[in-house]
Amino acid sequence: MNALEVDGLVVRYGRDTVVSDVSLAVPQGRTLGLVGESGSGKTSVANAVVGLVRPAGGDIRVGGETVLARGRAAVRAQRKVQLVFQDPFSALDPRMTIGASIAEATRATGRRWSRQEKVERVRALLAQVHIDPERAGELPGAFSGGQRQRITIARALAGEPTVLIADEVTSALDVSVQGAVLNLLRELQAQLGLSILFISHNLAVVRYISDEVCVMRHGRVVEMGETEGLLAAPADPYTRELLEAVPVLGRRMTFEE
Amino acid sequence: MATTKHSRLRSPAGIAATLGAIALLLISVFASFIWGDAAGQTSVTDRLAPSSWDAPFGTDQLGRDVFARVMVATQLSMMLTLGATAISVVGGLILGLIATVLPRHPRRLVTGLIDILLAFPWLLLVLFFSVIWGASAMGAMLAIGFAGVPSLARLVYNLASSVSGRDFVRAARVVGVGPFGILARHVMPNIAGPLLVNTAATASVTLLSFAGLSFLGLGVQAPEYDWGRLLQEGILRIYVNPMSAIGPGLAIVIAGLIFTLASEALAIGSGEGVRATRALAAASVTGRRRAVDRGPAVPLQQTDASSDTIAEVRGLRVAFPDGEGGTVERVHGVDLTIAPGEVVGIVGESGSGKSLTAMALAGLLESPAEVQVTRHHFDGIDMSSTLSREEQSRLGVELAMVFQDPLTSLNPALTVGRQLTEVPEVHLGMNSRDSRERASAALASVHIPEPGRRLRQYPHEFSGGMRQRAMIAMGLTARPRLLIADEPTTALDVTVQRQVISVLKEAQRATGAAIVFISHDIALVSAICDRVVVMNGGEVVEVVSAERIREEATHPYTRALIACLPDMTSDRSVPLPTIGTTNITLPEEVVQ
Amino acid sequence: MSHDTGRTRSARAEGRFSLGERLSPRTSFLLRRLGRLAASVCVVVLASFFLIHLVPGDPVRAALGPSASPELVAATQASLGLDKPILQQFVDYLGGLLTGDLGTSIQSHRPVAQTIAERFPATLLLAVAAFAVAIAGALPIGLGMAISSRGGRRRGLDAALSSLLGVLIAIPGFLLAVGFIALFSVQLGLLPAAGWGTIRSGILPVLALALGPMAYLARIVQVEMITVLGTTYMTTARAKRLPSRLVYFRHALPNIVTATLTVGGLILSGLTAATVLVETVFAIPGLGTTMVAAVSTKDYPMVQGVVLVYALIVLGVNLVVDLILITIDPRSSITEG
Repeated sequence: MNALEVDGLVVRYGRDTVVSDVSLAVPQGRTLGLVGESGSGKTSVANAVVGLVRPAGGDIRVGGETVLARGRAAVRAQRKVQLVFQDPFSALDPRMTIGASIAEATRATGRRWSRQEKVERVRALLAQVHIDPERAGELPGAFSGGQRQRITIARALAGEPTVLIADEVTSALDVSVQGAVLNLLRELQAQLGLSILFISHNLAVVRYISDEVCVMRHGRVVEMGETEGLLAAPADPYTRELLEAVPVLGRRMTFEE
Repeated sequence: MATTKHSRLRSPAGIAATLGAIALLLISVFASFIWGDAAGQTSVTDRLAPSSWDAPFGTDQLGRDVFARVMVATQLSMMLTLGATAISVVGGLILGLIATVLPRHPRRLVTGLIDILLAFPWLLLVLFFSVIWGASAMGAMLAIGFAGVPSLARLVYNLASSVSGRDFVRAARVVGVGPFGILARHVMPNIAGPLLVNTAATASVTLLSFAGLSFLGLGVQAPEYDWGRLLQEGILRIYVNPMSAIGPGLAIVIAGLIFTLASEALAIGSGEGVRATRALAAASVTGRRRAVDRGPAVPLQQTDASSDTIAEVRGLRVAFPDGEGGTVERVHGVDLTIAPGEVVGIVGESGSGKSLTAMALAGLLESPAEVQVTRHHFDGIDMSSTLSREEQSRLGVELAMVFQDPLTSLNPALTVGRQLTEVPEVHLGMNSRDSRERASAALASVHIPEPGRRLRQYPHEFSGGMRQRAMIAMGLTARPRLLIADEPTTALDVTVQRQVISVLKEAQRATGAAIVFISHDIALVSAICDRVVVMNGGEVVEVVSAERIREEATHPYTRALIACLPDMTSDRSVPLPTIGTTNITLPEEVVQ
Repeated sequence: MSHDTGRTRSARAEGRFSLGERLSPRTSFLLRRLGRLAASVCVVVLASFFLIHLVPGDPVRAALGPSASPELVAATQASLGLDKPILQQFVDYLGGLLTGDLGTSIQSHRPVAQTIAERFPATLLLAVAAFAVAIAGALPIGLGMAISSRGGRRRGLDAALSSLLGVLIAIPGFLLAVGFIALFSVQLGLLPAAGWGTIRSGILPVLALALGPMAYLARIVQVEMITVLGTTYMTTARAKRLPSRLVYFRHALPNIVTATLTVGGLILSGLTAATVLVETVFAIPGLGTTMVAAVSTKDYPMVQGVVLVYALIVLGVNLVVDLILITIDPRSSITEG
């Protein structure tokens, strides 16, 4: 069964069509990697799925329920998708303690939480992303980039999502920190059975974390398939071009004249 | 940026503002008890007296003590100022926040109207309103207060929209916080600081407007008096007793300065968070070293223009002032030698000192950076001495740079042609036609089509990848012997990165120039360089051959960098090794 | 801003150029500004028309005083057209504006337009002279401070100059004028304290008006210059080892022009308003003194006329600044609103 289904999605900003007729699906408990360069429309797909942008066409279903209809069911379905942002420095309110930021996100569950329940939930979430729960009262300024990224992941989890969208979550981080965040995502997926839509321009990172890969260009899906198979034998010339452009350690980059 | 480490109130501006505010408050409250009698008592014999010990500002034509009247007027002046400021701030806050939550079209209408009103000087609006509300203290307060609404509304709107565009607000929307919840929980706390700063500044302007309005006879009416009214009366007697005009004027200026100082002190205070974080970051990278003692400069050995090095730097140290009188050293004694035609990669994470090393190598670090070297030369030029005009010229011709951000490395106000013909004109003495041809050829050689037309364009008409190629072309207009590229492709897509690197390598083959290529991406560096220099924490930890990096890298940091980087062959079934799992110490965030 | 969005935006901007299917940024900037100008003129005309109607109570009774006979009040109302329906009044007002008729003063019974024409030159001269002094002083001071204190050098001098500028900004022109009179006219007897028409009598008013804006503009120029000197493209220019003359004048200066001009425009319109106070201090027969007298005597037709003229001057200044920006700024970048 698919946790998230996007069907014929169209997104427009004014007169610019940035996503045209994109269909993709994230199977339950698996990770779909969405690869593309700037302007490919991958971030617009994410914005549409979490409801930050109203699609101009198509349908988005979470757990089989459309999020585009009116009514409580659609809102509930919408809140089952949570987003982790690219820039960990802009993703947390600098004037709000990290505990309060995470507690605020519990409202996405649609249940009422008592103060005590919230405190306990925040502590549990912080522990889950390997941040000392005692630091819940501190402001984001006291944390490093990698720690903040883990805090934003905790905040996303506070909404008890079934689908997590990770939008370029490692591209603002140093390599050494990137590994820890990728490991954390895999660990959480194993524990919670999360389905992940992992968006990145970095093919190597997408390959490492994804079960399936979807390549986008100019607002359209170029190619889609199971990771190893697709990357071993790409059918589309653009996918081949992308693959060729990825530098490999110790192997000389060659250029046709 | 201010350098105080104390709380906002302990800065000099803060102390002065606090003391001044206390004084104003005390005078406002108690002046009428102390000076009330003297201010009201008329005396025919004492009229129009010059300043004296008893009456520092002299007396008016009814013989009243002007100094006493200035003191007593403090209360009314302050109350009117605060009242008008409150009207401006509350009005601005309401209008600005309403504009923020409105849908697109009504929002445009409101902001458009605010902008139209903003075009008019405040005083003009004040005069307009004061015609409507009449020449009285209350009328003036309303007039000045409402005249200040547009500028504060614009400020609130700008601040609020910039906060609304941040990711944390998008995150709150995703979890289902409504527009008013976002205003209350996220927008207000984040704009409170700048708003407070501007409130104090507004109070200063308000005070001066009141003085002006009363001075014109349009504000406070007799028998009431504020400072502006006293000034108006005083200026009539300025030839008899100048202090009767200067006294109230001084009161206005001093009170205005107190509000301005308060605003500045608050502004310094709200920058504190940023400073603290930066200091923390600096401290985590390197141990703090106060007042590095600079040994005597090592006398340079005879400069040898030997053929096996094009550039060399030894014992490079770079330090910055830490804002508290000491310095923080960021590069700790780096040695680097570049052979002619060689491609050297410098790789490291943020804070490793790789960019500082490159900039120092090019001799481009300026104050406040403090650079120390034991030896630094480029193609026979001693870079650690003061350069002659000819040596400067040779550097301009032989050393080229490409920077990380293609959006900012070309001058937006000059055509690409202007920027590409400079080196041939200035350093090679070419006339404008020849240098234009040379620039055109250089653009063509980096595969930019229609170079003639492109030269007449401005950088903003180029895409990111084209700008980086134009930067490379800029180097090719001369006779480059070394090209330093500082993260030239980090801001670019992988396919564009490939094009730029292809152009870079082509340029290197055509000119025989050496290249120093700085990057955070060890795979990329190893794929295009001959030699890889690995930096960490301001030191070179290892230098290895690029092609055999997998086999020959021995330093644990290098090995860790290689291991934790996923590539197209990584085993997907196991967790990535992280640097914390190796036995070297790194910033704590990595250690998990 | 992340690199990603930066790149997307520039790519989009480029698409707009090559496709040519949309207006160039320069044209659309001009159109937007002309649209705003038209809207502003409407607002100004409406505001000046309604001024007399917004005054609480009967404006004519207020202007003529409680002792005036009811017949006189009625006659004055009729002569101002206040007895007609409001729409008719507005049409008449517009018609008058188009033919240069701004009505008749209640107090002097002379045409408002005639009085304004007599008083306008003094105000214009005062504002333009002060603006010239402010610019001439601000550029060298601001640039000098930015260049000499680069990278934290000469910190003491920089701090002292900054404080001096701060104090000058904080003292409004009319207070400076009072101080100048006390010092140069009363104590030293060097320059006249009042009057208009000779160069000597103009010195103090112009200086009093100019010093504050000069300090403000100098600070803007300094801040802008420091920002520009810290950019990567200035490092590019230094990497080319160009002579400092070229580095500063060719590479840095053009990049502060936009901000300087924008602020300069604001300063010129601010100066026009500030003349009201300074004219009063020095008893200069300009628009400002006319305005103050008209407000005090509740001569509403005169107030309407003068307010309209002031507002149109401000809009004219803004238009000129925009036109200059479009001519010289290659980007007319200026992506706003």
